[in-house]
Amino acid sequence: MVVAEELEKRFGDVVAVDHIHFQVEEGEVFGFLGPNGAGKTSTMRMIECVSPKTMGSLTVFGMDSEAHPREIKQHIGVVPQENNLDPDFTVRDNLIQFARYFDIPVDEASRRADELLSFLQLEEKKNVSIEKLSGGLRRRLILARALINRPRLLILDEPTTGLDPQARHLIWEKLRGLVTQGNTVILTTHYMEEAARLCDRIVIMDQGRILEEGTPQALVKRLVGDYIVEADATVEVRNCLEQHRIPFDTAGEKVQIVTPEPKLITTLLLEECHLEQVAVRPASLEDVFLKLTGRTLRE
Amino acid sequence: MTPIVRIPFSYRFGKVWRRNLVTFMRTWKVNFIPPFLEPLLYLLALGLGVGSFITQVEGVSYPRFIAPALISIAVMNAAFFECTYSSYVRMYYQKTFDAMITTPLSIEDVILGELCWGATRSFIYALLMFPVLLAFGVIDLPSSFLIFPFSLLAGFLFASLGMCFTAVSPGIDTLNYPSFLLITPMFLFSGTFFPLNLLPVPVQIVAYGLLPLTHVVAVMRGFCLGILSLDLLLSITWLAIASTLLCPVAIHLMKKRLII
Ligand SMILES: Nc1ncnc2c1ncn2[C@@H]1O[C@H](COP(=O)(O)OP(=O)(O)OP(=O)(O)O)[C@@H](O)[C@H]1O
Ligand SMILES: [Mg+2]
Repeated sequence: MVVAEELEKRFGDVVAVDHIHFQVEEGEVFGFLGPNGAGKTSTMRMIECVSPKTMGSLTVFGMDSEAHPREIKQHIGVVPQENNLDPDFTVRDNLIQFARYFDIPVDEASRRADELLSFLQLEEKKNVSIEKLSGGLRRRLILARALINRPRLLILDEPTTGLDPQARHLIWEKLRGLVTQGNTVILTTHYMEEAARLCDRIVIMDQGRILEEGTPQALVKRLVGDYIVEADATVEVRNCLEQHRIPFDTAGEKVQIVTPEPKLITTLLLEECHLEQVAVRPASLEDVFLKLTGRTLRE
Repeated sequence: MTPIVRIPFSYRFGKVWRRNLVTFMRTWKVNFIPPFLEPLLYLLALGLGVGSFITQVEGVSYPRFIAPALISIAVMNAAFFECTYSSYVRMYYQKTFDAMITTPLSIEDVILGELCWGATRSFIYALLMFPVLLAFGVIDLPSSFLIFPFSLLAGFLFASLGMCFTAVSPGIDTLNYPSFLLITPMFLFSGTFFPLNLLPVPVQIVAYGLLPLTHVVAVMRGFCLGILSLDLLLSITWLAIASTLLCPVAIHLMKKRLII
């Protein structure tokens, strides 16, 4: 569906995307993770054919992104990071108006608009002006708008940022539905849980480069491990762990021990190190993310 | 690089034009007041007020002298302000253009649609002023009908001019500069309220060489008073060439600003 080779994007001296390779297959959910400024949005905008690449090659649906932008854009649905609904129109008219840009006949457009309004549970707001919508409703409407042309490929740049848990779950559920119908989705997110739940494959980007690629489970297993045991990072705990030659990491106020055998470590900590409290949890994508991109702020 | 010649324009510019028409018509009541009211006020103040001191200018009564200028100014303002402040709001604050270019519309379609809409606004203004001026008996038929197609050409030129400023303006406030430094002088020194030949020759040369409104007023005056001379053709050619040059510049500058 999407193939990028040696893809580069520069803004003057800033290298936003640094010679990356990736390939998105039909029917999968492909996630881009990375700290602020990693180059996710720059990459999305190149796939959307709205931002020209500096170097390399990029094909979408087998077509070169700069030679055939209209043909490609006809079959893409875009949820941009920044909202850009048309404030001069109501909720429903935003959909109808957008349908026009895709040459969808007006009766078909109103049928699809009503369908999408009910799909994203926006019917009650259909005659409301955009300015009166909350952030979460705007996001849902943008997703509806992205679906108006029945796209083969959906590109979602932080689709759920700023949403409450209910709305986020609604969007997850809808996206899963779309994927079962054979849609392909590319998304970026800062929510690791979202990526782990939704994505078949993810890449982790930092400073314009792709650091790792794989399924969320495989990445967790390969780069972190099975379980993480956490305890307060007191001097006694550290000494005790060092005595027993157990490797650990310090993350803020906590020590973290990665292990395939959480029982052994927990027992040891509780009995040998006289701890009152330890926590055991499965390793997650967040651990992978922090391990790869560090704990310092980027921007 | 693939050696494909891609035509950046398509019929889709009409969709952008239509979007603006739809939003304009939704508030048609307020939008239609100024073109009715403005000629009325100007004719009363300048025509009857100032005009009572003036018997004739270039062989016609003062109200008849300024009537074509009033249309010209309205045509200029309609297109210029549409494609500066209004387009700027759509581009920068509403991100309408950003949304449009994620669809099969190209940036060229979007800007051409905006320019055509600017020209259409000029046309609408001319259309609405027409009956008022006719009622005052200050324009002649049937030659005055020519102002309608002409308002589209003149409007397109001012739209392109405005769009160039929109494209390079860092903020909406800096759009005040072209309004003060270009539009206001044009409003006063383009043969609008007094004949150009009263001014020093160098100023006349500048007015004819560089100020589009001078040519617009000359042509409008010819049409409204039914004096069709060869000079009008010259002015129309000047305006057509200027539009042909400015439109691609406007599109190029907008592309440079938005496609990054
Ligand atoms: N229009 C622009 N002009 C100059 N630099 C830009 C522009 N857009 C992005 N950049 C720079 O490119 C880099 C990548 O930005 P990008 O928006 O792609 O990051 P991101 O991964 O989407 O970040 P975030 O998670 O904050 O959305 C950043 O260093 C950013 O400052
Ligand atoms: Mg981003």
